[in-house]
Amino acid sequence: MDILSNLALGFEVALSPMTLFLAVIGCFLGTIIGALPGLGPSNGVAILIPITFTMGLDATAALVLLTSVYYGAMYGGRISSILLNIPGDEPAMMTTLDGYPMAKNGRAGDALVISGVASFVGALLATIALALVAPFLARIAYKFGPAEYFALYALAFATLGGMASNNQAKSALASFIGLGIALIGIDNNSGFTRFTGGNLHLADGIDFLVAIVGLFAVSEVFFFIESHGKGSAVGVVLGKVTVPWREIWSTRWTMLRSSAVGFVAGVLPGAGASLGSFMTYMMEKSIAGKKGGFGTGVAKGVAAPEAGNNAAAGGALVPMLTLGVPGSGTTAVLLAVLMTLNITPGPTLFADRPEVVWGLIAALLIANFVLLAMNVPMVKVFVRILQVPPEILLPGVTMISFVGIYSLSGSYFDLLLMVGFGVMGYIFRKMDIPTVPVILGILLGYQMENNLRHAMTLSGGEWTYLLSSPISIGLWVAAALGFIAPMFLRRYLRKPQMVTD
Amino acid sequence: MNKTLKVLLTSAALTFSAGTAFATECIAPANPGGGWDFTCRQIGKILFDLGLVADPVQVTNMAGAGGGLAYSYVVTERNTDEDLIVAASSATTTRLAQNAFGGMTADQVRFVGAIGADPGVIVVAADSPFQSLTDLVEAIKADPGSVAFAGGSAAGGFDHMKPLQVLKAAGFTDITSVKYIGVDGGADAITQTVGGFTQAMTGDMSEIVGFINSGEVRALAVLTEERVPGFENIPTAIEQGYDVVAVNWRGLYVPKGISDEAFNAWGEKLAAVAASAEWQEAMAANGLAPFTKVGGDFQSWIDQVVADTVELSKEIGVIQ
Repeated sequence: MDILSNLALGFEVALSPMTLFLAVIGCFLGTIIGALPGLGPSNGVAILIPITFTMGLDATAALVLLTSVYYGAMYGGRISSILLNIPGDEPAMMTTLDGYPMAKNGRAGDALVISGVASFVGALLATIALALVAPFLARIAYKFGPAEYFALYALAFATLGGMASNNQAKSALASFIGLGIALIGIDNNSGFTRFTGGNLHLADGIDFLVAIVGLFAVSEVFFFIESHGKGSAVGVVLGKVTVPWREIWSTRWTMLRSSAVGFVAGVLPGAGASLGSFMTYMMEKSIAGKKGGFGTGVAKGVAAPEAGNNAAAGGALVPMLTLGVPGSGTTAVLLAVLMTLNITPGPTLFADRPEVVWGLIAALLIANFVLLAMNVPMVKVFVRILQVPPEILLPGVTMISFVGIYSLSGSYFDLLLMVGFGVMGYIFRKMDIPTVPVILGILLGYQMENNLRHAMTLSGGEWTYLLSSPISIGLWVAAALGFIAPMFLRRYLRKPQMVTD
Repeated sequence: MNKTLKVLLTSAALTFSAGTAFATECIAPANPGGGWDFTCRQIGKILFDLGLVADPVQVTNMAGAGGGLAYSYVVTERNTDEDLIVAASSATTTRLAQNAFGGMTADQVRFVGAIGADPGVIVVAADSPFQSLTDLVEAIKADPGSVAFAGGSAAGGFDHMKPLQVLKAAGFTDITSVKYIGVDGGADAITQTVGGFTQAMTGDMSEIVGFINSGEVRALAVLTEERVPGFENIPTAIEQGYDVVAVNWRGLYVPKGISDEAFNAWGEKLAAVAASAEWQEAMAANGLAPFTKVGGDFQSWIDQVVADTVELSKEIGVIQ
């Protein structure tokens, strides 16, 4: 078997004490970076790049360190989602929907353990899939043209209805606001700027990280100020952590399905892990139906997005390594590192530099077990970081938000924008308008518009081009079902009451 | 273990703060992962390895407005900083010429040098019926709608202009009827072309190296004067009768307000980087062709390029 000898080569590289040590360090730092709101995997990896050069690490060692941070951050993101209702990074957004209600019901420990195990399953399966099928799977990207991508994004929006809110209209309003914000910036198809008021800072549009940190973290600070700390989201107490074996076992199919869907979402260049966690959550919600109780704090509601986003993290490495096309923001940063190390990712990487690729895969497998150990038995260590009293934690959150956003662009304009989004988030939450669809609108709107306009350019304005392949037809059918089905089923389904703050 | 961890965390904290006060800073006016980021990181690393700077060069990513944000920041806030270098390329001068930087002009900074160039290429999928640039040009002349190009820059950008220049050289005038989609980078443009959604890809040599080696695409032409070393089997456009040269140079600019000594010192340092074995290796690995121009030479070459681009942009209607 080719793959076994390849893996043997990989473990030979990865099992050196130095590489192992780097993997452990990377996992630890990554989990902290992921858990801190505002700091996501992409900033985490970017921060560590200079260190890899200063330490004089070779290509494999640098990659092992940085991808351990990447995987670690994907694990860590859930911790603040569950305990604070603030996503630690953007893919962990969906984990707040059931994770935080679970924590409020006094089951924070269970939520952390279940999501930790789900993360492990997702990441492990994705890493194995990466090893087995990466060279073949890369070809999926060739099947997706503008029409197919547009249908994919339409599917994501079609299933938005009813998410995170009891009111479809408010949900729709929020997603249109997000889409509107996505229109700001250079119109890629004419080269002219739109809605920027001549401000160069707006020419590239609004970074969704600015929006996320503003809408979630900064608005949380406003709530805290208003309530003088009473009844604020912050400060959920974590009791004794036990392993709820039965519940974990009950989510086994959820984890497997979510891993598969998340992996494929990761392989497709585009929204990556965020789309993965979003699609898996919506899929499991519709499979579970009315008895599922999604949104009230159920095990499957935390298992699905966590398995999904960790699998997507592995999936996103496939197009990066095999095509040089980053599947997510973080893999774009990793790509930069590879280029600096004189490694050109692309179809020939697996043949030209097997020690890099297989060393990386072996290291990821090892990192995954390290992360399971850190995130289940040792989870209290990370929780303690978030468990300092609110009057200390919130200024800390504020500081990290400001530093994190400033590090993105080095521009104070983004800081003002972030505060603006904080005010917006505060008002929206007061009016019970969900903020998650706003983020999705910003996140997906740009690509959705671009792909629609590319499709129109290619076809000369012929709309039937959007339905010209089996893949796009299939996606449109799924989108139509996802949009229409809830309307007919509503009278039979009584929606679970959402926990709202 | 604890000590190393501490070191790691401290250095993480340090790089995270506003930046070490005295180290040279290289601004990459884009997010990590692109050509400017590569320029900064590679030049920064070699400058330090050669001992030309005392501390590791700190790379700051300042994405925005296709480089416009960093440009206006350097002009208005760092105009006399002698420890600042900024990554630049053909895209910088193209956008300056097209007035895409909010009224800023090319004479508001000093262009210190280029140390490599990424040759422009036009490629098709391996199974494409087009065997030469002439096949492609003739197909467009016969039916402009039959061929769509994908490239990594927005409409009106450098990648868009390359095929238009070729078509203009071929005597084709209905330039606005040529289909072009601007996707997220060269690799994405190749994916669309190999997938059959577009018929040709326009980009830089560095973006296609891996795909050429794996045999998934065929380069119809390289837009240089001579064939590129290492890629001798790719014919130039000039050989095929289209007099077009379009290379994406990689280099740096520095603030306008620095002293002539400092400007010349950067020119010398850059020349040393260009001559280093490490840079030669990096160029070969990334499909860059040698292209070294520094100091005053480079500045006057840039002035000419900007003037040419203004003229061409007016002809194809990108600016009035």
